Amino acid sequence: MDPPRRAPRTVIDPVPKFRQVGFFAPPDRSQSGPIAADTSASLSPVMIPPPRHLSDNLILHARPSNSPRRGPESITVGGSNSDAPVSPAPSSSYSSRFVVGGDRGFFDGKGKDNGKVVASSFPRGGFDLTALKGNAAASGSSIVVPASQLTTVSVVNDSLGIPEKEKTNKGGGSAGEMKDQSSSKQQKPKPTKAERRALQEAQRAAKAAAKGEGNKASGTATSVNAKQAKAVKPAQKADTASVAATEKKGGDFPPEKDRKKDAPQPRLQYDDKSRVEKAKRRSVVKQTESRNRVELFRHLPQYEHGSQLPDLEAKFFDLYPVHPAVYKVGLQYISGDISGGNDRCIAMLQAFQEAIKDYKVPPEKSLGRDLTAKIGSYVSFLNECRPLSISMGNAIRFLKSQIAKLPLTLSESEAKISLDSDIERFISEKIILANKVIVKHAVTKIRDGDVLLTYGSSLAVEMIFLHAHELGKQFRVVIVDSRPKLRGQQLLRRLVEKGLNCTYTHINAVSYVMHEVSRVFLGAESILSNGTVYSRVGTASVAMVAHASRVPVIVCCEAYKFHERVQLDSICSNELGDPDVISNVKGRVDVNHLDGWADIENLQLLNLIYDAMPSDYVSMIVTDYGMVPPTSVPVIVREYGRE
Amino acid sequence: MESEAPTMENNPKISAYYQTRLAHFGVVSTEWLAQAQSATNPLLSSSTDSDTDKDTNFSVIDEFNRWRSHPDLAEAVAAIRALAAVISSSKASTMMQLEIELKNASDTLKAWDTTSISLTAASDLFMRYVTRTSALEFEDFNSAKSRLIERADKFGEISYKARKIIAMLSQDFIFDGCTILVHGFSRVVFEVLKLAAHNKKRFRVFCTEGRPDRTGLRLSHELAKLDVPVKLVIDSAVAYTMDEVDMVIVGADGVVESGGIINMMGTYQIALVAKSMNKPVYVAAESYKFARHYPLDQKDLVPAIRPVDFGVPIPLKVDVECSARDYTPPQYLTLLFTDLGVLTPSVVSDELIQLYL
Repeated sequence: MDPPRRAPRTVIDPVPKFRQVGFFAPPDRSQSGPIAADTSASLSPVMIPPPRHLSDNLILHARPSNSPRRGPESITVGGSNSDAPVSPAPSSSYSSRFVVGGDRGFFDGKGKDNGKVVASSFPRGGFDLTALKGNAAASGSSIVVPASQLTTVSVVNDSLGIPEKEKTNKGGGSAGEMKDQSSSKQQKPKPTKAERRALQEAQRAAKAAAKGEGNKASGTATSVNAKQAKAVKPAQKADTASVAATEKKGGDFPPEKDRKKDAPQPRLQYDDKSRVEKAKRRSVVKQTESRNRVELFRHLPQYEHGSQLPDLEAKFFDLYPVHPAVYKVGLQYISGDISGGNDRCIAMLQAFQEAIKDYKVPPEKSLGRDLTAKIGSYVSFLNECRPLSISMGNAIRFLKSQIAKLPLTLSESEAKISLDSDIERFISEKIILANKVIVKHAVTKIRDGDVLLTYGSSLAVEMIFLHAHELGKQFRVVIVDSRPKLRGQQLLRRLVEKGLNCTYTHINAVSYVMHEVSRVFLGAESILSNGTVYSRVGTASVAMVAHASRVPVIVCCEAYKFHERVQLDSICSNELGDPDVISNVKGRVDVNHLDGWADIENLQLLNLIYDAMPSDYVSMIVTDYGMVPPTSVPVIVREYGRE
Repeated sequence: MESEAPTMENNPKISAYYQTRLAHFGVVSTEWLAQAQSATNPLLSSSTDSDTDKDTNFSVIDEFNRWRSHPDLAEAVAAIRALAAVISSSKASTMMQLEIELKNASDTLKAWDTTSISLTAASDLFMRYVTRTSALEFEDFNSAKSRLIERADKFGEISYKARKIIAMLSQDFIFDGCTILVHGFSRVVFEVLKLAAHNKKRFRVFCTEGRPDRTGLRLSHELAKLDVPVKLVIDSAVAYTMDEVDMVIVGADGVVESGGIINMMGTYQIALVAKSMNKPVYVAAESYKFARHYPLDQKDLVPAIRPVDFGVPIPLKVDVECSARDYTPPQYLTLLFTDLGVLTPSVVSDELIQLYL
């Protein structure tokens, strides 16, 4: 199924199955094969064919063509960047600034014509400048140049309007909107939707009969938003209905309407080509797919890191529908400046606070729905920068429920102030105050003469140690660390500054030092309903060794990070990091055995971020509700949810 | 034994809780009894706690001791009754004042014996149960107060009847021809066995001696009176006899948040042996014993000292382990028989979260 990873693909997008309406002449391309020659031949004179090896910044999608097809999609999705070298191609990067708004590719011959620009098959990296011009005339509406080759395209303005719109439809990506949107003036971050809405309604009604294809389109955005505002559900259904209708082929049409009501949206599984394609079309941040992906983890997204960062930075001042504060946070995620559950969550919430402050309700719209949609679009943007963590998901759910609970009689400014204070309260109560309570409970478990072990760098654990030291308890700390992030070094520095006795070692030695350890304190990213602790990779190993040595393991986690999900292993849901950091050791140029690993076909590098620790290894969980056994997590989730 | 009477008065480190138990259930020799009687009186009068109650001559400790003198009454129930009496005899005129009085009384009781888990737990639970009501919304203080008294009495009744409820619930688990191993003398377990004998079930009991209290002897005495076949085993013979045993039933001094129990020394050993031989371990405990402790290992408990008498003088250089109780982690326990029902150990935390949330 995997395409030859190293085959340079210059183009290819299979003939689109629907009518292209737009400013370009969709050449009729046959799918597959190195058709570089063809495509370049059929390029209009203004098209700038991309260089053979695109910079990783650019990925051109073949939108319409991809949707109906599974085969070529696999090619595009899977092995895409094999030939995307590192050297950026400036010309293409600038020229690829345009993304076809209507790339939803849900055009079909059914007669939606809205002058939507849809590029059918463009040569890789190339895009139709005529189309661009046309759209540019419409003030820079984005055009997506579909190409069989995936290259990231930084999205500009309008496609930003797209995510926004999408979110209105709950990420359903309805074709109609896209069409409308790009055809009309787009530059506005918040385009008026009145007439578009009308059009959409008409289209939806037309498509109402078609069966939705289920949850695919909403996968990414809704994976963390299990609870959606009711308002968006019908929109969502209609969207997927429309999507399904447009996609003549590609997939069955199971009657998903019922399923949609009952089950929460599953996450987007990245080995499902059609959905990934759709997600890509909608996405703001175009990421390059990695090469050499591990088979077992193909359902998780893996992108080359840092590739689109300079490009996105350049776009910072464009008029995005994404608020600049949110955009900034997204960039910080990509670059790794902000990492760690609490930090990411706080940064995101503060960015939302800013965005809400600047938000203005468009006329004829209800604050609740529109704001929810907007937040949804920001969330999907952040998700593209870096997959959402569970704590962020819970915070978003809280925010959406607060928005939904706003009384209708509230004026706009009052509502904004209320939301602002809600967010403020969430941060101070559930994160900052919770940590204080955790510290208060946990220091009672530290006695004089203890040897405490910790792994990585957790804020709660650090606060516990510092507080216990202030109370005058005599103990020493063993910090276990691991590559590639080596977060333990920061913790070590901070503890040593305060005068604690510390030992630092690598995770390879954990079974060696465990015999002298009396307690193990660990942080967690989240705790799931069956007591499984989801945390940084390596934590489970430390807990396992501690359990085998009969050392009590104490996990410190705020209650807002608890989740009702159940996970049995570390594979079904995880996050993949950048494999290149495994192959390089900072400061050691002589360790270069893995250089060029991507070219070796049998070699795949796996950089997992999280792992799941079974509840048997955990002796006690300290939360802001006190000290509880791992079996009580669902009780807390239940009680917490009642608040 | 003679050394025990003086040590009881003079040595404050000895857990009063165990002194009481000893007084009630240990092997009683007449001479010792006389000494114990004389010893308890000065103990009462030397109690300086009564001055903590600012008001009149009502002393919660006095009330407590009055209730406590019944050998059948659990100490925690005595505490609950004493606290209920505090409310009814309180001269406070506002809710706030009443609550403060209650809090003081409760603290006094807890301070009287810091090692008793059930005392602390019962006091805390009482406070939560009583003050958690909507009685606080009553404008009329007197009606609110009477409501509180009502609830307090109800709690006292429940606690008092808890043993009967537990006995009833556990009857299903005792089948004809079974062999039960019990440890020491727990009134709740005795109640269970008594009811089973009364229901004409045919079973036999292995009773451990329960050193250093030797409370097992007392239990065997009582059981023999009920015509239940009893066999006394010394503590070290538990593993030897575990093959013939069908189940183990123990009481608890306290049930901790992890679902484990704190009980007389030796319980952990028995539970370990039973688990390794796949015998179920049942715990019969009232619900007011649910405490908010969470021990991680044996040393995490508040130590309760109980001197051991070996019968021969021990040289001073030799150290003696004299802790009176141990902690049994929840993975060794099968079920808890409580007045709330037959529960698994993980339910303890659920109940506590719901109550304290």
